[in-house]
Amino acid sequence: MSARVVLPAEKRPKPPVRAVSGHVVIDQVTVAFGRGGSRHVAVENNSLEVAPGEFVALLGPSGCGKSTLLNCVAGYIRPTSGRVTVDGVPVTRPGPDRGMVFQQYSLFPWKTIHDNVAFGPLRAGKGRAEAESIARTFLEMVGLSRFAERYPGELSGGMQQRVGIARALANYPSVLLMDEPFGALDAQTRLMMQESLLRIWGEFGTTVLFVTHDVDEAVFLADRVVIMSAGPGRIVADMPVPLARPRSPEIATEGEFIRLKRRCLDKIRAESLKAFEERDR
Amino acid sequence: MTGASGDIGVIDATIGYKSHSQPATRTAPRSEERRAQLLAFLRSLLLRGLSISAGVAFWYWAVRLRLDWVVHFDNIPSPEAVVLALWQQLHHGKFYLHIAVSLRRIAIAYGLAAGLGIALGLLMGRWRVARHLLIPYIELLRPIPAVAWIPLAILMWPTQESSIVYITFLGALFPIVLNTVHGVEQTPEILVRAAQSLGAGRIAIFWHVIIPAAFPSIAAGLAIGMGVSWFSLLAGEIISGQYGIGYFTWNAYSLVNYPDIVVGMLMIGLLGTLSTYMVKLATRPLLAWQRRARG
Repeated sequence: MSARVVLPAEKRPKPPVRAVSGHVVIDQVTVAFGRGGSRHVAVENNSLEVAPGEFVALLGPSGCGKSTLLNCVAGYIRPTSGRVTVDGVPVTRPGPDRGMVFQQYSLFPWKTIHDNVAFGPLRAGKGRAEAESIARTFLEMVGLSRFAERYPGELSGGMQQRVGIARALANYPSVLLMDEPFGALDAQTRLMMQESLLRIWGEFGTTVLFVTHDVDEAVFLADRVVIMSAGPGRIVADMPVPLARPRSPEIATEGEFIRLKRRCLDKIRAESLKAFEERDR
Repeated sequence: MTGASGDIGVIDATIGYKSHSQPATRTAPRSEERRAQLLAFLRSLLLRGLSISAGVAFWYWAVRLRLDWVVHFDNIPSPEAVVLALWQQLHHGKFYLHIAVSLRRIAIAYGLAAGLGIALGLLMGRWRVARHLLIPYIELLRPIPAVAWIPLAILMWPTQESSIVYITFLGALFPIVLNTVHGVEQTPEILVRAAQSLGAGRIAIFWHVIIPAAFPSIAAGLAIGMGVSWFSLLAGEIISGQYGIGYFTWNAYSLVNYPDIVVGMLMIGLLGTLSTYMVKLATRPLLAWQRRARG
């Protein structure tokens, strides 16, 4: 048990917490696509360490390679050089220890919400009864028990993403990888989703690597904001976010929040200018 | 994809579908809505009935007046002669034997085509080597009409029965294979990735992702294949054979028994429609998620 779980137990069934694991090390990772003249370096020589139970946001403009880096941790992409380890084990392929939440439309449309969430536990060799009880627990955690027997196509975008989170967590992953999960949602839904993600994370305490291009989102959610710049993708800043938890949306108007946000924006702006100048040369 | 299954429909089954399309678990439609639905249903029924009646009336008068403009109607049997012939055939044991023989050939040939077609399609869709090995045969053989196969089929197979089944099988095979390949290729890659990150191995991905994703297209292929298998069967039965509804029709021509020609044709139409409808009915439960999502 980790010291991170401080929220009082509520009435809902509580998933076991294992924030002792989930130590992510990205070690001098370079990813290049294509060969010869069409070779394109997506991310170059990036290193990043994420502590167990830490919430890290990868922030940057589109095309800066932040998703590529995330996909290396997920195991969808093999780095051209360098390596990724989770809890000391090198990542070679996708696996249930690294839960993935995509931007959208990644639920199996032919399975009910319940069966989507039970899918992982069943693959892990759990019995039907146990998998179903896990699915119920996690659907309750994201507040969607009533929709268990619905199909994804019957749910709104925000609800589908909550199912996506529940489905990833149902495998008790040591790391939760989120690739702009709220990017396709409208502003209000996005705010609600951010709050509810923080609540779930507070309960679950897993390591989170969260890719976004939204500065507000990064600062509101994360313990650390890692800023990337494009062409080729490089980590240019690593900024701690010392805001108290639990956080509520009101902090977005407080001085400290605004100061942190401005620092991020300044950094991004400086990097963009640098990129422009380099291109003009 | 769903359009494809409707396009082939000899008689489209949408009337039957409409009344079921709202699952019972949903909020029950109010009585006004239900009445509006009923009215729409009756109206479509009326229009279809009118259309058929007009066609039969035209047929009746064209024969009666011995219409001879582009089409010669002098030798065409009249509707009442056909009804009479049908009535007589229905009291004739041999008529049922013809039907049973045809149905048996369809069942064997279509069953084989569905099994092999889906298996080959899945293999080709997911494994490039298999696709390149098989696609030349499919592209080359697919445009060959069933009738053109008859001489070779007779030479290839030991019995006439097996050559007819073979021709029928070929007709059904190609649309099923090609639709399956198409369906597999359409599987969104993100769903495969999601399954991988949830711990699914190759077999689980095939079973839980690829096949369900391809299924709307496979179902369309199965329905099209059923239609094609009927006209391949008919080609085989007309040229060779002693039984079967196709043989019955052709034989009626040879025996100058013209009303029976139309009886045979109507029977073929009916059986083809019914069997295609049964295929759609059988695949429907597996596509429930699509209808729910649209609602």
